[in-house]
Amino acid sequence: MRRISVTVNGVRHEADVEPRALLVYFLREQLGLTGTNVGCDTSSCGACTVLLNGQSIKACTALAVQADGQDVTTIEGLATNGTLHPMQQAFHDEHGLQCGFCTPGMIMASVGYLSEHSDPDEAEVREALEGNLCRCTGYHNIVRAVLEGAKAMRDSETVVGGGNGAADGSGVAMGRVREGVVVP
Amino acid sequence: MIPAAFEYERPSSLDEALALLADGGDDARPLAGGHSLLPLMRLRLARPTLLVDIGGLNDLRYVRDEGDQIAIGALCTHHALSHAPELSGGCGLIAEVAGQIGDPQVRHRGTIGGSVAHADPASDLPAALLALDAEVVAQGPGGSRSIAAADFFVGPLMSALEPSEILTEVRVAKREGCASGYQKFQRRAQDWAIVGVAAVVESDGGSISNAAIGLTNMSGTPLRATAVEEALAGAADEGAIAEAAKKVSEAGTPFADANASAEFRLHLAEVLIRRVIADAMS
Amino acid sequence: MTKYVGGGVPRKEDPELLTGQGTFVETLTVPGMLHAALVRSPYGAARIKSVDTSAALEAPGVVAAFSGEDLADEWAAGLPMAWPVTEDIRIPDHWPIAKDVARYVGDGVAVVVATSRTAATDAAELVEVDYEELPTVVDIESALAEDAPRVHESMENNECYTWTHATGDIDEAFAKADLTVTCNYTQPRLIPNAMEPRAVLAQPSPAAGEFTVWSTTQIPHIAKVLLSMILGIPESKVRVIAPDVGGGFGSKLNVYAEEALCVALARRLGAPIKWVASRSEGYLATIHGRDQLQEIELAATREGKILGYRVKILANMGAYLQLVAPGVPLLGGFLYCGSYGGEAYHFECTGVFTNTTPTDAYRGAGRPEATFAIERAIDTLARKVGVDPAEIRKRNFLPTGEMVESPGGLAFDTTDYEPNLDRALEVLDYGAVSAERDKRREEGASKLLGIGLSTYVEMCGLAPSQVLASLNYGAGGWDAATVRMLPTGKAEVVTGTSPHGQGHVTSWSQIAADALGVDIDDVEVLHGDTHVAPHGMNTYGSRSLSVGGIAVHEACGRVVDKARALAAHLLEVSPDDLEFEDGTFSVKGVPDRTQSIQELAFAAWTAHSLPEDTEPGLEAHCVWDPPNFTFPFGSHICVVEIDTDTGEVDVVRYVAVDDCGNVINPTIVDGQVHGGIAQGVAAALYEEAVYSEDGTLETSTMINYLVPSAAELPSFELDRTVTPSNSNPLGVKGIGEAGTIASTPAVINAVVDALSHMGVEDVAMPATPERVWRTIRDANGGAA
Repeated sequence: MRRISVTVNGVRHEADVEPRALLVYFLREQLGLTGTNVGCDTSSCGACTVLLNGQSIKACTALAVQADGQDVTTIEGLATNGTLHPMQQAFHDEHGLQCGFCTPGMIMASVGYLSEHSDPDEAEVREALEGNLCRCTGYHNIVRAVLEGAKAMRDSETVVGGGNGAADGSGVAMGRVREGVVVP
Repeated sequence: MIPAAFEYERPSSLDEALALLADGGDDARPLAGGHSLLPLMRLRLARPTLLVDIGGLNDLRYVRDEGDQIAIGALCTHHALSHAPELSGGCGLIAEVAGQIGDPQVRHRGTIGGSVAHADPASDLPAALLALDAEVVAQGPGGSRSIAAADFFVGPLMSALEPSEILTEVRVAKREGCASGYQKFQRRAQDWAIVGVAAVVESDGGSISNAAIGLTNMSGTPLRATAVEEALAGAADEGAIAEAAKKVSEAGTPFADANASAEFRLHLAEVLIRRVIADAMS
Repeated sequence: MTKYVGGGVPRKEDPELLTGQGTFVETLTVPGMLHAALVRSPYGAARIKSVDTSAALEAPGVVAAFSGEDLADEWAAGLPMAWPVTEDIRIPDHWPIAKDVARYVGDGVAVVVATSRTAATDAAELVEVDYEELPTVVDIESALAEDAPRVHESMENNECYTWTHATGDIDEAFAKADLTVTCNYTQPRLIPNAMEPRAVLAQPSPAAGEFTVWSTTQIPHIAKVLLSMILGIPESKVRVIAPDVGGGFGSKLNVYAEEALCVALARRLGAPIKWVASRSEGYLATIHGRDQLQEIELAATREGKILGYRVKILANMGAYLQLVAPGVPLLGGFLYCGSYGGEAYHFECTGVFTNTTPTDAYRGAGRPEATFAIERAIDTLARKVGVDPAEIRKRNFLPTGEMVESPGGLAFDTTDYEPNLDRALEVLDYGAVSAERDKRREEGASKLLGIGLSTYVEMCGLAPSQVLASLNYGAGGWDAATVRMLPTGKAEVVTGTSPHGQGHVTSWSQIAADALGVDIDDVEVLHGDTHVAPHGMNTYGSRSLSVGGIAVHEACGRVVDKARALAAHLLEVSPDDLEFEDGTFSVKGVPDRTQSIQELAFAAWTAHSLPEDTEPGLEAHCVWDPPNFTFPFGSHICVVEIDTDTGEVDVVRYVAVDDCGNVINPTIVDGQVHGGIAQGVAAALYEEAVYSEDGTLETSTMINYLVPSAAELPSFELDRTVTPSNSNPLGVKGIGEAGTIASTPAVINAVVDALSHMGVEDVAMPATPERVWRTIRDANGGAA
């Protein structure tokens, strides 16, 4: 067992984990954050996508111990005070989900992407989602949702920080700018 | 699936990491982004007994202009490299290739050191390193050594690294006045390359004066297409480039797998060489 | 007076799923829960000589470990197969854990139970199984060879059954034909790939002898009946719950070994047992689809009018018979004539055992295969006759009408095919795209265009129970609904369907809100729990709306009838004097004398003053058994661009004009079409489960079984025609599978069209770059 300290959705958690515990199981089973799903065992499907220091990663392909001292955002961390994040709202408005299993990963991948590319076109969105699989929607409405969500985020100035392209790849913790206050 | 159990250490210095690796013996492995190793461990196709997590060694994250060379720290992620302003000119090839690896999530975690050290014949960076005549720096208990990319890749998943060594840096000579590009062929955007071609081209008054071509997944190791390179010298038009591309068969017979026969691989390599050169020249 | 029906009402299902609050089975935990991990055969066929669990039992956290022999007493019956299509069908024993012989890679041979999933997984590796390898056979043709190894030693060969179906005089049709075409197609084996891997949690209440089973299933009600039979537990003591289920596509239309096993282990150990499949485990242990060899012959006049259809198919059942596997080819067996006319029809299907994961219904189940064959063959006929693919279809379309007799022997509810095709051609701008295709050909462009049509008709609304009886199906085809007005004025709809992405909660709310005249937010839809919704036949085969949705509609009508009688009583008028609008009864001509349905709900609950012979409460139940199938139809057109250098096929446009009758929720309908198309395109271009000769699944993970992403697919251009069905009072048909059924042949027709000027007549699926490149090279006499 190894003691780690991880900030998840703004809350710092100290926990003892087995070294082999994957980040996604740490989130699901130890923290009870079960919104992040596991859809494959080969880093292919992206259902488990979360943000690590603002950048999208597959939580099935990281050890919990590797997240020690870092900042994780999961699907549970997007909505604030019961108000859906613009990307969640866009998935709802555009019928971007059916069974909903891939949805948390799709949304997190999209939010992560938009932190670096706020105004993508359809082709760019499709490329950006190359690491996320869905079997229900044929992606048509997911792509529309991401385009609409991007627009809503621009319009509402929902700024998602992080992923500044620094050579150290560590990025910056994700935050939302609301009335000039950075809310982690 | 969940990996088999292992011991885990997180050293705070390179020396400490090297000592841990040396003590850990043959079944100890360094862990960086984990995007080569963890997928194998999840399927229990790899079972290291000790993982030495070098992810905390932040002084291995850099892209430095060192005059005539660019030095890239092993822990640079593919994503970081694809955005690194220092990678210009011929070194821009590294950025271009890094931006084509896997998918965004993979690029956010996967590192150049891990990818190169893993020596997977289907991974993209090795061909680029070959085409750029890069050097790989390995640090071991007895100090560091520099290995030419051409000598580094020994076989499928086999490199010139000793078990006790850690790849710490990739060094690429700065080259201006040249064009470069990488094209790969895969079924899905997220897939490994069925074939990839990295090219660095210098031209002189409309004709090619010098070309370096690295091939991905045409063999157990990345290859230089030397016959193509020679034939490209002096090529000035599409026809000449196409003729030169045919020489890719002289690089040897590629392997066959579920993704492509040897014949199709060879054909794809020829097509991609034509395309990457044409793109680089335009 | 439809306020909601026909509108794109946003889904009520979404909020939980959008915020990570979905309750998928893997998410569930109960106190004292143990975890099961299976040991699976690594051999395509092997005798199990011994199973030694002693090392596993020593491992940390391990509670128990069992071989198939150890558990033999648990089963009152084997795993069920509910569709013995012929009298002489061979039905092998199929135990949740194999006892003597393992018959495919992945067949369970032992199970370990431990306090964590990790411990169970670790310990499963310690179970020592002594196998004696046996010869294997994995493909249909090899399995039918005279000297083929037998999958089941007790059977004299690998044939499972042969089923035939015929109308008219097929020999005469061929005798008088001016021309015939004969086409052979291979339907690759596909892996359904619902995004949520399968999982089960079985919780016993030992003192009461009861079991609650949470399962990733499409069929909680059927699972309850069958688990009771397999385990010898009274049906009333089994409760099956399908919580949020992450897609199915037929792969969760089964009662699986692990479901029975978890209940058996829960019974034996007196503790809750959970099993969760990894993706690659699911690839072995969850049904596959398709895997058929087809021969279709058309007899036609020189004008291309089809006289007869002769079809022979061989269907790979895999190693055992899963729930409805033998019947899957039959679901297509009436439809190899598509939307076309003719005089005679002859269909024969043989099921074949192999040492592979069992197959069963995968999205479309038999109909994608049938549609592929006829839609490909009619293109071949068009080329032979020398007419455009659109024209040959128009020459053969069944007439517009009701109860139109098809050569396949079915009466199609409502047909109106030509306007539908015309609409698709118009949306595409068929003339302009054809001209562009021709231009590229003439210029010798390296990127060729191809246009593929598919004018499908399919069969859903499974099914009139008496028709199912005639096909020897082991259950009825009805579905049930209960609608009750609660005393607070809200409506509760209990449905027997079991959605897993289809949005029934929203669509059923629309139907009920309109029928009852209440606000859509005042309708609650309950489903997926056999204690809450005791009756149902569940969700598969695009049946939910046209059977279960109708039951909801009819039950609402009965509630309104009862409310009308109560309103008349309270208002002291005759029921005929009442008008019902927007949830309020008013006396004709006296609009201020009213009773709202909410007031009536309360009055019915207090029961202080009811009409004579009226029971308290305002609720009604309906079990709807449809009088006929429904037959949705449509026209899909795919445009592909082929890179002749690499053989890469890119879908550049995709037009779909479907006719699923009346539409309850156009947004949801479009979503079903999108997803269906994507799966059909995937089958045409990307996906294939491949076995090596020794029975190893080579495409064993998502890395090498290529489910496409957004980056491989285009946006789709959708439109609709509306020809209401006469099979039900809402005039609805069904849309869950149409996209998958229509799209695969549209894509391949487009690929072949792009290369047809080279003399190419067929490209096998999946049309991989290498396959297409070779086709081009061979057509050019070796020069690519």
